[in-house]
Amino acid sequence: MNEEKIQHYGDELFEAWRARRVLRPLLEREPDITIPDAYRIQQRFVARRLQAGETIIGKKIGATSKPVQDFLGVYQPDFGMLTSGMAFQEGDTIDLGTLIQPKAEAELAFVLKDDLKGPGITAMDVIRATDYVLPCFEIVDSRIADWQIKIQDTVADNASCGVYVLGKTKGDPRRLDITLAGMVLEKNGELFSTGVGAAVQGSPANAVAWLANTLGELGIPFKAGEVILSGSQSSLVPVADGDELVCTVGGLGQCRVRFSGRSAA
Amino acid sequence: MSMNVTLAREDVVRLCERIEGAQRRAYAIPKLTDEYPAMTIGDGYAVQTELRRRFIAQGHRLAGWKAGLTSKAKMVQMGVNVPSIGFLTDRMARPESSAISTADLVHPRVECEVAFVTKKALAGPGCTRQDVLAATDYVLPAIEIIDSRFAGFKFDLPSVIADNASSARYVGGGRARYAEEIDLRTLGVVMEKNGEIVGMGASAAVLGHPADAVAMLVNILGELGETLPAGSFVMSGGITEAVAVRPGDNVVARFQDLGSVSVRFVE
Repeated sequence: MNEEKIQHYGDELFEAWRARRVLRPLLEREPDITIPDAYRIQQRFVARRLQAGETIIGKKIGATSKPVQDFLGVYQPDFGMLTSGMAFQEGDTIDLGTLIQPKAEAELAFVLKDDLKGPGITAMDVIRATDYVLPCFEIVDSRIADWQIKIQDTVADNASCGVYVLGKTKGDPRRLDITLAGMVLEKNGELFSTGVGAAVQGSPANAVAWLANTLGELGIPFKAGEVILSGSQSSLVPVADGDELVCTVGGLGQCRVRFSGRSAA
Repeated sequence: MSMNVTLAREDVVRLCERIEGAQRRAYAIPKLTDEYPAMTIGDGYAVQTELRRRFIAQGHRLAGWKAGLTSKAKMVQMGVNVPSIGFLTDRMARPESSAISTADLVHPRVECEVAFVTKKALAGPGCTRQDVLAATDYVLPAIEIIDSRFAGFKFDLPSVIADNASSARYVGGGRARYAEEIDLRTLGVVMEKNGEIVGMGASAAVLGHPADAVAMLVNILGELGETLPAGSFVMSGGITEAVAVRPGDNVVARFQDLGSVSVRFVE
């Protein structure tokens, strides 16, 4: 795909994000978009956000579970960039008016104390380089109408990143069994679903190793201090005005978030 | 829950013999409500109680109880809002890491559960999570092998209760723990069959907390005029979906803080 088209679609996604409106699926209009093309479109979209004043905080890993991979027809994860405007803390209220068609996912976030430079990174390197893990929510959102996404659409759209919420309880992966730690998700005080770390690529550390290796091949830095959302351990939760979500990671702690207002779509 | 019994004694005995025959010779029968459409939950327990009486008269030892249909998904699937219970005998127990024959089963499925062993008697009504935890000697991970005697695993609540809540075999193992030393609500569980993950979840999937499921079981026992003696083995309900198994299959249940339990299946 030529640079002109890459820029065009990246700009389109940026404008859609800024105006809270949706686009027709890119792949419907450009059937030949490859996954590498889609990452170049993502880079353009994110570059526009950085030009508008944001900074890169970390990365998110998506499409890590078998049901999502079956839905997208791909058998590897994808990634997107976390920027400063997406960051929320445990206990915050998220204004749905800033989003289009949000859904929540419960995850484990990693914060690194050492750079991870792939290729050649294993899960053992990830544990060694991890400063701490946190319970977190990712609020995914799509700039594509009705979430009618194929893998190229979601990759171009920054892996459908919306905003994210970090819990405050830090865990050491040498003390916490991140593979078998249970995930309990409650919505408005009622059990919504349960999961476990292994839902993410067999272990969240495998997903982070995949990211380090993929970024290494692309020459994208993966630095100490970055926040990495390792992939959803829950089913997608629809959210509306007044909803409160709590996720609890067994042996670690919880993350709580509230929502107010109405999303655009 | 009403424990009203509407069946005549001779019908209870007849249905019990039908269930016992299907269990003993491992064949599928139509659900009981095909012939007795007005059958109640109380009737189902009357048949199950008769089955338990017969097994004990034949020399089986009552080892404990199981809670069934304890997850929201399963209750929705069955169109019921109450879980069910069934009894467990020594004859249904199999050791950890053993080979389990499927020749005497109809269409077995496996589930991962948190199991409790009690050190004090418990009685309903009014049994709470706190009562259960105070009466618990230890908790351990377990694999339950369920096997409905009804064709196609299709049944309704009165029928499945009469069929002893699909109880067939059970395997306790892994690592015994004091309940107060772990968070029983958030234990992660992974079930693998032949090295592939086939089920995942956390223990809250069982009525919000496994000890709540045991309290519920004790309260149902109370309605049946029974108590749970000290030393009972109680399975609190499947955390993962039930998965079908065949000869040659290897199943491993991995639990946060409780270790793992494995079994394999043979002809």
